[in-house]
Amino acid sequence: MDSIHQPDLGTPTRSSTQTVTLTVDGVAVEVPAGSSVMHAAAQAGVRVPKLCATDTLEAFGSCRLCLVEIAGRRGFPASCTTLVEPGMTVTTQSPRLAQLRRGVMELYISDHPLDCLTCTANGNCELQDMAGVVGLRQVRYAQGANHLDARKDESNPYFSFDPSKCIVCSRCVRACEEIQGTFALTVLGRGFASTISPGGTAFLQSECVSCGACVQACPTATLTERSLERAGQPDHTVETTCAYCGVGCSFRAEMKGSEVVRMVPSKRGGANHGHSCVKGRFAWGYATHRDRVTKPMIRDSIHEGWREVGWDEAFAHTAARLRAIQARHGAGSIGAITSSRCTNEETYLVQKLVRAVFGNNNVDTCARVCHSPTGYGLKATLGESAGTQDFDSVEHADVIMVIGANPTDAHPVFASRLKKRLREGAALIVVDPRRIDLVRQPHVRAAQHLQLRPGTNVAIINALAHVIVREGLHQEAYVRERCEHDAYDKWKAFITADENSPEALEPVTGVPAAAVREAARLYATARNAAIYYGLGVTEHSQGSTMVMGIANLAMVAGQLGRPGVGVNPLRGQNNVQGSCDMGSFPHELPGYRHVSDPAVRALFKSAWGVDVQPDPGLRIPNMFDAALDGSFKGLYVQGEDIAQSDPDTHHVQAALEAMECVIVQDLFINETAKYAHVFFPGATFLEKDGTFTNAERRINRVRRATPPKSGLADWEITMKLAQAMGVAMHYDHPSEIMDEIARLTPTFHGVSYEKLDRLGSIQWPCNDAAPEGTPVMHVGQFVRGKGRFAITRYVATPERTSSKFPLILTTGRILSQYNVGAQTRRTDNVVWHAEDVLEIHPHDAEQRGIVDGDLVAVASRAGETVLRAHLTERVQPGVVYTTFHHPESGANVVTTENSDWATNCPEYKVTAVQVRRTSARSPWQRSFDAFSHEQAGLLPGGSDAAE
Amino acid sequence: MKIDKLVKMANEIAAYFDADPDRNAAADGLASHLSRFWDPRMRTQLLAWVDEGGGEGLAPLVREVIATRRPQLLPRTG
Repeated sequence: MDSIHQPDLGTPTRSSTQTVTLTVDGVAVEVPAGSSVMHAAAQAGVRVPKLCATDTLEAFGSCRLCLVEIAGRRGFPASCTTLVEPGMTVTTQSPRLAQLRRGVMELYISDHPLDCLTCTANGNCELQDMAGVVGLRQVRYAQGANHLDARKDESNPYFSFDPSKCIVCSRCVRACEEIQGTFALTVLGRGFASTISPGGTAFLQSECVSCGACVQACPTATLTERSLERAGQPDHTVETTCAYCGVGCSFRAEMKGSEVVRMVPSKRGGANHGHSCVKGRFAWGYATHRDRVTKPMIRDSIHEGWREVGWDEAFAHTAARLRAIQARHGAGSIGAITSSRCTNEETYLVQKLVRAVFGNNNVDTCARVCHSPTGYGLKATLGESAGTQDFDSVEHADVIMVIGANPTDAHPVFASRLKKRLREGAALIVVDPRRIDLVRQPHVRAAQHLQLRPGTNVAIINALAHVIVREGLHQEAYVRERCEHDAYDKWKAFITADENSPEALEPVTGVPAAAVREAARLYATARNAAIYYGLGVTEHSQGSTMVMGIANLAMVAGQLGRPGVGVNPLRGQNNVQGSCDMGSFPHELPGYRHVSDPAVRALFKSAWGVDVQPDPGLRIPNMFDAALDGSFKGLYVQGEDIAQSDPDTHHVQAALEAMECVIVQDLFINETAKYAHVFFPGATFLEKDGTFTNAERRINRVRRATPPKSGLADWEITMKLAQAMGVAMHYDHPSEIMDEIARLTPTFHGVSYEKLDRLGSIQWPCNDAAPEGTPVMHVGQFVRGKGRFAITRYVATPERTSSKFPLILTTGRILSQYNVGAQTRRTDNVVWHAEDVLEIHPHDAEQRGIVDGDLVAVASRAGETVLRAHLTERVQPGVVYTTFHHPESGANVVTTENSDWATNCPEYKVTAVQVRRTSARSPWQRSFDAFSHEQAGLLPGGSDAAE
Repeated sequence: MKIDKLVKMANEIAAYFDADPDRNAAADGLASHLSRFWDPRMRTQLLAWVDEGGGEGLAPLVREVIATRRPQLLPRTG
């Protein structure tokens, strides 16, 4: 069932610029051409009874409840499938219509349990409502064949399926097809025997991805959230933003007092338009998990027990330790890491703390290990460190190139929109070492899958550009008008050299030259071609080069600056874009302005009253190195788990152990907290106000639905730490922080909470030139003025396979888990992914005597871990793959310190390894077990809360 | 910090800028990158190591930048 009090216009809103005027029950109404009569009636304030119709789905016309009379027409057309015409006169209420509708309802109710008072949907049931609306007073049919004893399917942990309550309106089937694009549901049988089924099996065993679209679409209690079954109907809603991936879906938190009953995607959401995935829709139980730490804790060494203290003591203790370190080792001996899971206002405050209170630029963020090459590469070529489009843009794309991304797993709500466009006829090019799901799915098939060897991205992007220019498919006039000529001429000479031809590079990439040529032609000749990319682009030794190569390709093909085209980084975490925007990098102040710029520093000095240092600070990997050489001693980590997520775990652990004061602010005792001396209990997204900025630069409000369990929101913790360190930093509400951001950041000048509440969301830049934001950037000209082509010579990664390490390990993520898993592992999502496994091609497995399910040791030059093997042809021979959602898996024990040349983004995607059968956990895993056991015993009461 | 890591990083940056056929532009690009993205303690350590007679293993473009654009690599004074 849809969210309470969320209006439903019956059929989708059309966007035609032509309008049609008609009369409904005597009320004149003007609607876009192509609208249904039902939709027009709703706009006129007339609610036509309905069951199979809802405005998120195309009209179906099966329930026959929405019949109307139209002057001059015979019969009783269904208002949902009848389109408006000029001058049409519609009557929605008459004695004959009432009789027909009662007859329809009588049939439905004759095969429906009459347990309304104890039914889960009581209080929000369309069937019950319609029975009331049509005035049903009796059911004359005798007890006969029925579905009342149909068995309930409770296999899915988040929702149940009770077919005895099903009216076979097909809303669930259509939602699965039209919105989600999974086609997991179907109607089995014919006529009276028709039943809804997830492919003839139980939901949990089916192809269902638990996005919740079917549950939301169901007009009865047939598909119902378990949480609703437990809690009953909510009493109010709070509109907020999901705290999982970079899609940034808007949700309505349906509340009962301060308890969340369920999360329902908001139709107003600019990013998701009412859709969701299993994480945002269902996996929010971590917010009340028993592992939550809700009191501040301190200790002198990591082998001592934690001591719970009050907030005042925690701040005084921490401030004293940090100031003492600075007194002994200098101002630059401490730093901080901002969180891409926290709000813009919170990340802004952390970088302000570093720059205005610590007195240095040692601030970094998790984008260091994911999309820092995006920031570098797009700024260098196009002039702005962000994606160029809104998500709606994909609806105008004729060719879609997905590079190094797996949207159906990592950005599922965007993937659904992408798949919808593919079903409408757009062509797909996939560039990925793995055969991701998009390559071939029901109703989706890639025109080209360039299955390259890991580490050869730049060779492929150069080969694509080579073909476009050499075959004369480039847009010379576009480039001459919009780009720097000198840089373009140098690049053109470089890219057209024979060494960049697909034929010359085929031995490097492993991709047939003919396939590269076909893909290049497809991309360059499309009316609108768009590129979407992920961490398979950035997490390489040439990550920044590849981003620039992508920008080169889009510029030379003229595929930038209008809807349907563009360069679109799919951001990993919910607020990666925002944390970067807010000055979380050690070289940039908010708005991507370099710290060496005197005018920018003067601006911040005028606001903060202190000098900002003119030199860049340490990046995260530099912090680790400096910790080991003794010049970096204190680190404040807000909402990140660097001990699990960052590469070369041995190195990270050693660096953390070398520091004198590690402060972790988080929901749980994560891996990093085991090395901490201070723990500040953080707040979930449900417990605070603020904003997130998603991958399309959309600033969305986060609204407090329930009080912070620790008493303080994360922004308050940072503010009070600053105060304890002697700086008068004070805000009464995050809106005041946003006001400061807007004053100091040109791309945010027009942003305010008042405007966000009024418009729903805003895509920056938002200023006098674009007071309501900028959905598509680089229209007319590039942000940097003239676009700049970069020479992108392919340089092989230093990570080489050898006889000792003959396979390439590449890492990624899956649908049900999120990043380090701290949240999703504490939900029922573990039923889909209880452990990380190693995907290995059957050929490689056979050579090593490995069968599916075997324990295998994965060894690299950095370390060794043990995982369970999963044999699959999704990976090519020579390549193995795993995820990093479970800390005990130790995926990053194996990854190396190799990194992107420009940004130090780790090369997670290429690690030379050997795989062998084993029967025991690795030495690192045994040491991890022992250390985790020790740390659990050091918690107050020796709790088992530690992971 | 370990000097071999700084050398590796500097060489990898140089490998990118080295692709520019204009040698002067390549050197400017490398110098600017080090100045804009490296913490001054990293730049200072690399310079000190070269001054002490090291420099072995550094790419030619890095050596050239240190020789010709040294002031750009020194810590800023504000």
